[in-house]
Amino acid sequence: MENFEILNALILLANFVIVPAISYGSQLAIAALGITIVYAVLRFSNFAHGDLMSFGTMTAILFTWLFQSLGITGGVLPTALIALPFAIVVTALLCLLIDKSVYRFYRKQKSHAVVFMIVSVGVMFILNATVRFIIGPNDRTFFDGEKFLIRALDFKASTGLEEGLTIKSTQLITVIVAIITMLLLFYFLQKTKMGKAMRAYSNNEDLALLSGINPDRVVMITWIIVGALATIAGVLYGLDKSFKPFTYFQLLLPMFAAAIVGGIGNPIGAVVGGYIIAFSEIMLTYAYKKFFIYLLPEHLEPSGLTQFLSTDYKFAISFIILVIVLIIRPTGVFRGKTI
Amino acid sequence: MNKYFSSSNMTGGYGGVDILNNCGIEVNQGEISVVVGPNGAGKSTAMKAMLGMISLKSGEIILNGKDISDLTPEDRVAQGIAFVPQTMNIFSELTVKENLEMGAFLRNDNIDKTIEDVYKLFPILKDKKNQLAGELSGGQRQQVAVGRALMTKPSVLMLDEPTAGVSPIVMDELFDRIIEIKNTGVAIIIVEQNAKQALSIADFGYVLVGGKNKFTGKGSELLNNPEVRKAFLGG
Repeated sequence: MENFEILNALILLANFVIVPAISYGSQLAIAALGITIVYAVLRFSNFAHGDLMSFGTMTAILFTWLFQSLGITGGVLPTALIALPFAIVVTALLCLLIDKSVYRFYRKQKSHAVVFMIVSVGVMFILNATVRFIIGPNDRTFFDGEKFLIRALDFKASTGLEEGLTIKSTQLITVIVAIITMLLLFYFLQKTKMGKAMRAYSNNEDLALLSGINPDRVVMITWIIVGALATIAGVLYGLDKSFKPFTYFQLLLPMFAAAIVGGIGNPIGAVVGGYIIAFSEIMLTYAYKKFFIYLLPEHLEPSGLTQFLSTDYKFAISFIILVIVLIIRPTGVFRGKTI
Repeated sequence: MNKYFSSSNMTGGYGGVDILNNCGIEVNQGEISVVVGPNGAGKSTAMKAMLGMISLKSGEIILNGKDISDLTPEDRVAQGIAFVPQTMNIFSELTVKENLEMGAFLRNDNIDKTIEDVYKLFPILKDKKNQLAGELSGGQRQQVAVGRALMTKPSVLMLDEPTAGVSPIVMDELFDRIIEIKNTGVAIIIVEQNAKQALSIADFGYVLVGGKNKFTGKGSELLNNPEVRKAFLGG
């Protein structure tokens, strides 16, 4: 029986901590990649990124509804996956429009990064209002298709364990889409001429100009990538949980924390940072009572919830990590740029 | 008769202050022109003006008989003028090979042969091709910087104090390589603080003072000119 106790404890942990943290971490990683690329190439902190995600997700929802009304569905997969490419195109076009009408003016003026940051707050408000105006502020689920990959009851029945493991299909979709996205992005940045030019421009703008790299083109490609990353991150998060504009705005803090913890401006750092933040957030707000009951002898069992922080305070965790990293290692885990 | 790449009557500077006062620098293909002079004489400014990084009040810049005074720096690079800045002259977060590839960004043909040529000129770069350029020593960084500039297969190479901050041995080595580049038919302009060594490899020298051409002449002539020696070469 002793072995089963340990297995039960591990399944419990996998079900409530590991699986959710991997999928939330993947979503944060893709979102943080968008932030870190804007910071690396365009040299400012884009506070509009959360609401850009919200806009991208809204567009995907609208396309999902359109396809559903036309009778097109994804079968066992969510229809939103078919809508995703269309939403990416619309969001990327929006990014280019915003850049042309807003950011380019400040780039020509060679404005300070702080000015850009404040401008991005303005863009954030506009996007925020636009999304609420079009789709409303309410919570929406737009998931369809097969909901579970592994159900808790089936798992219990087939293994005979007391604890069940649930894996939602959205969690697997999140991980697969995130891995494909990251591989494509890293291939682009490391192997293609344009990707290398983006890194060169980010590293030494003057020398990039002397080498004949066209800055307008670099900026354009950057916004297209950022629009795509924001839409993918937003849709994955919305599928897994639900879409609510305010939640996406709130995601700014963990997203920035992920980018900064990993080393802002460093794409690998953004990915690692995403998982660090996700795991810390979930591990520190999980109540371990049942876990210890499985593992410890009866007289040592905890009477309380053994929860470090209530889930209401999950944003405080990103904040604490952010502060600690900025004090101890401002360049982040991987050598990024200091803010 | 103008030389292959020449500037004349250049006047201008940053903002309202004129750093250059009617100065001119010329160079032929397969020759080295060296620009020396005291600090603040406008040596680097003259070079930047020839690349188009400074808007001049007057003056004209001729490349191969064509007036390029109105072209942007990027267009002049496309016309075959390569420039190695004094500082920040490499992509420190890119590998050595990627630095070279970025130098050839404007080219659409196969660049493998040019990369091999650069490796032949600077063999150490081949050994370190996958290392980040920012992790190399000062002399090696200068080699990356010159190599990057050579990737466009330029007809003119301009170097802004290439030996600043490197050891005397590395400096001699670098000058040897520059002579090798010259021998392939490239026109080279060098701005230098190490006036004696630079003039000794120069076909033609310019001593700039206060933005004006104070002395011009063959490198060896300037080295033996007592006035120049006294004022700029420490006797």
